[in-house]
Amino acid sequence: MCSPFRSLSRLRDVLLLGGVLLAVGPGCQRSSRTLLETAPMSAKAERDRPARNPYEDNAYAMTEGQRLYEWYNCSGCHARGGGGIGPPLMAKTWRYGKEPGGIYTSIVEGRPNGMPSWRGKMPEYQVWQIVTYVQTLDADRSIASPPGPREEHMQAGEGASSR
Amino acid sequence: MRRTAWSAALLLPFTACRASYSALDTASPEATRITNLHWLILWVTGVVSLAVIAALAIALTRRRTAETRAGEGRRARAVAAAAIVSTALLLWLLTASVLAGRAVATPVGPGALRIQIVGHQWWWEVRYPADPPSDTVITANEIHVPVGRAVLLELSSTDVIHSFWVPNLNGKKDLIPGRPTRHLLRPERTGVFEGRCAEFCGYQHAHMGFVLIAEEPDRFATWLASERRPASEPIDAAARHGREVFLSSACVSCHAIRGIGAFGHKAPDLTHLASRRTIGSAMLPNTDGPLAGWIVNSQHIKPGNHMPPNLLPADDLLDLVSYLRGLR
Amino acid sequence: MSAPAWEEKERAELARTWHEREGILGRIVSVDHKTIGRRYIITAFGFFFLGGIEALLIRLQLAVPENRILNPDLYNQIFTMHGTTMMFFFAVPVMLGLGLYFVPLMVGTRNIPFPRLNAVGYWFYLFGGVYLYLQFLGNGGPDAGWFDYVPLASSQYSTGHRVDAWVQIINFTEISALIVAASIIVTVFKQRAPGMSLNRIPLFVWAMLVSMVMVIFAMPAVIFTAGSLNSDRTIGTHLFNPAEGGDLLLWQHTFWFFGHPEVYIIFLPALGIISSILSAFCRREVFGYTAMVLALVATAFLGFSLWVHHMFATGLPQIGESFFTAASLMIAIPTGVQMFCWVATIWGSRPRWEPPLLYVVAFFLLFLLGGMTGVMLASVPMDLQVHDTFFVVGHLHYVLIGGALFPVLGGLTFWFPKMTGRMLSRRLGFWSLGFLFVGFNMTFFPMHELGFHGMPRRVYTYLPDKGWNFWNLVSSIGTVLLAIGVVLFLVNVLRSLYRGARAPQNPWGAETLEWATESPPPVYNFLRLPVVASRSPLWEGKELPVVTGLALDRREVLVTGALDGAPSHREEVPGPSPWPFVASITMSVGLIGSVFNVWWLPAGFVVSIPPAVAWYFTEEKP
Repeated sequence: MCSPFRSLSRLRDVLLLGGVLLAVGPGCQRSSRTLLETAPMSAKAERDRPARNPYEDNAYAMTEGQRLYEWYNCSGCHARGGGGIGPPLMAKTWRYGKEPGGIYTSIVEGRPNGMPSWRGKMPEYQVWQIVTYVQTLDADRSIASPPGPREEHMQAGEGASSR
Repeated sequence: MRRTAWSAALLLPFTACRASYSALDTASPEATRITNLHWLILWVTGVVSLAVIAALAIALTRRRTAETRAGEGRRARAVAAAAIVSTALLLWLLTASVLAGRAVATPVGPGALRIQIVGHQWWWEVRYPADPPSDTVITANEIHVPVGRAVLLELSSTDVIHSFWVPNLNGKKDLIPGRPTRHLLRPERTGVFEGRCAEFCGYQHAHMGFVLIAEEPDRFATWLASERRPASEPIDAAARHGREVFLSSACVSCHAIRGIGAFGHKAPDLTHLASRRTIGSAMLPNTDGPLAGWIVNSQHIKPGNHMPPNLLPADDLLDLVSYLRGLR
Repeated sequence: MSAPAWEEKERAELARTWHEREGILGRIVSVDHKTIGRRYIITAFGFFFLGGIEALLIRLQLAVPENRILNPDLYNQIFTMHGTTMMFFFAVPVMLGLGLYFVPLMVGTRNIPFPRLNAVGYWFYLFGGVYLYLQFLGNGGPDAGWFDYVPLASSQYSTGHRVDAWVQIINFTEISALIVAASIIVTVFKQRAPGMSLNRIPLFVWAMLVSMVMVIFAMPAVIFTAGSLNSDRTIGTHLFNPAEGGDLLLWQHTFWFFGHPEVYIIFLPALGIISSILSAFCRREVFGYTAMVLALVATAFLGFSLWVHHMFATGLPQIGESFFTAASLMIAIPTGVQMFCWVATIWGSRPRWEPPLLYVVAFFLLFLLGGMTGVMLASVPMDLQVHDTFFVVGHLHYVLIGGALFPVLGGLTFWFPKMTGRMLSRRLGFWSLGFLFVGFNMTFFPMHELGFHGMPRRVYTYLPDKGWNFWNLVSSIGTVLLAIGVVLFLVNVLRSLYRGARAPQNPWGAETLEWATESPPPVYNFLRLPVVASRSPLWEGKELPVVTGLALDRREVLVTGALDGAPSHREEVPGPSPWPFVASITMSVGLIGSVFNVWWLPAGFVVSIPPAVAWYFTEEKP
């Protein structure tokens, strides 16, 4: 009668430890938020551009990126990923690749055939937030930041009620 | 009237604070009606509570008596009487409350001034609709109303639930996305009243205030006419350069200034920024220093708000400020 | 005086049959209602301390204007954790614990009818709390308020796992509440002592019964509501999304339909505690038994028809709002009747001035004030001025602390001798109550004033020129006194556990059945189950008649009729088992994992089936 209980308590310890790591580990990274960003303008920062997205997988950056995508009117050309004047961002492959650094360059420098340059008009941390967001528009990928109100994938207007 | 004076006297120590921002310092018939109702409830419930406390005190301290049938009957009658009296008093308060509720929500006629208020995370968009629509006045965080005329507010929100509240004038009403609500103000004296958001809406709910100015009708008309005009021309070279800075920086992506081709509608309209008393949703006075600090790094003042820091070179900043301060 | 030989033999056999295993393993497999009830109470107070620290941090931040101790993100997490901890992890569980411990004793039975299910309830509650705090420590604590209004709590404005944690702990805490509710209701209806007809049940038991019936109706509502938010956040439904046909007010309605009865679920057992204390200390039955019971039932009924008073500012039709004003005012009547009956109980008696009685007096004073402000809030125009301001914070703490915490502390003081066999220190009791009372009023009374002067709730700081500085500072200083009172109470408990005077079986001379057995009660509660002939069995003046013939070699309880307590048959109840613990772990892992990946939920469910089967089919042989 003793031995099954002994392995049971060990199993319990492992499960609890696993639960702890599950809860705390990814929670830290995904849920962290910095409210007081330093904000070099993207012009100056380009030279010291970090190689990777500092907000990778951060949930707050995703929703901030979603908001900025609207506010800077990215949807004016790209809709909600369906594209229009600009190429669709829901597509599997992008003309200039999906690496975070490449997306950053597209936004800051602009691209031929109509993508404007945002250098000097957008602080660097906001560029990275938009990068984080547009990476979630992949049609194949499950939505990392679950859908908010409407028009996540539709080529629609502002967000007024559909009724 | 006398009752109000009595109760006001009792609460005198509390009014040592700034009396202009208080539900008890009324500036409209609605607020007065509500405050009177408050005194009624306070007195009625206060008397009942004191009676119960007195009965408890007596019960705890009086000497022990033997239990008799008659005593039991007396207690039963006392409890029943207390229950009946309390019910009657509550019915009285219910009636008073319903009547007051109807009085403060009387529908307004077509002569009311319509103002549309749109709540955003952490600032207030204020629109005075007009006919033709090109005459619509759009401003932010400061509402002007004429005294002696009903004002009908049409409230809505673009993001989360906010709540509009000017304690001196009336109760509050929520701004609910997808569900417009209406609210009524009838200021009966001039003054500068403070308002704020009263529904938790995120990081800067604490600093989502606004200013409501009730003024004489002709002053209001003058103000409205001035707001209708497009932005003032810059008066000197520095201001002209400031306008260039505005149009070439991130500012123009979100802020609108009518007349110079800036159409951003995600942030407060700045066309007549200098005519407003405060900035940052009634957080700071609208003067050079705070304005410069706000532009450079509003995140230090109001962390989490949606305006990014703008690390402009010093003379660009000064010119921008001098341009903005000229937008009367 | 030594007991006769047959009694010793019976005692030994009962001890062997109802034996609880020793050590950590024993604690895991225990199904004794007293052990589980005590666990609920101790764990609830653990969360109370955590919630209290959060409160101290809040008041520290608000002590002076423009304070920078907490940034808005952390502040939002802390006040949400404070509300969630106090409401879900302290206030309801402490009442559940007191009920689990004392209801079977008061009705004269050996154990609750579903011992293993109850064990699961406790583990669920504990695991939910641990998960919430682990996530809080990982900077992922929920931050949209304990009420999580949408759209602020939707995935767009509250992104990440923070609000998901809140959603999950609803499942944990409310399922455990439902489990306890089922146990207590069945205990009260089917396992009373012979002769204990419905009109002889102690008032505390009535209060617990009515409260648990409210749980049955209210908790499923919040589980549904939280589940709806969960599905909006994780799988893309639009129940609360107005742009796609959903409705934001739906959230408020369904949440407050639970939220308002929740406070009565907390409040009703407190009323029962007051009755127990008063009858013992005035040495008299509580006056107006029938009126008291009807008042409890009326409060429960009316409690379900008040919820819209949280939504008066949303622009609902006036006539609808007036109905809720009427209901919110009318609910003062049954509570008022209870208070009048208590005063009548005290009138003409000679009460003994012990700390429990003083807690009752404190309750009267604080709850009356809370009731006054409650009447103000019930009135729509009045509410529209003070809604969502510190006035409401003042009101809710007066009714929750004055109306629930003070009675709980008084009840613990009253029942401490029974639960532990030791007496609490009288002097420390007076001192802790003094600090609590003064500190509480100093903290919360100024908040009414702040509300009238325009200070809204849930703000992380305020500007210095609004005139709120003085009363905020006073309020924050008051929390220090309040904290001292809490610490003194804790010191009293800890010291008395080891050095308190030994308590006799019935130190207060009270009249209900829990005082008819030793302090602390043996695991089988009573040597022989008592038979009652009145409402106050221990005051009948003679030795209690008992039931004989129950088996001693198996765990047997007596099942009696629901209305009149006439014996019906004997029933065996299950004994200790490790499987409830295992099943609760598998289900918890499933629920917690589903925050991160939705497939953990069905996996957890499937993995829980074997322990559930083992639970049902295995029986421990003593």
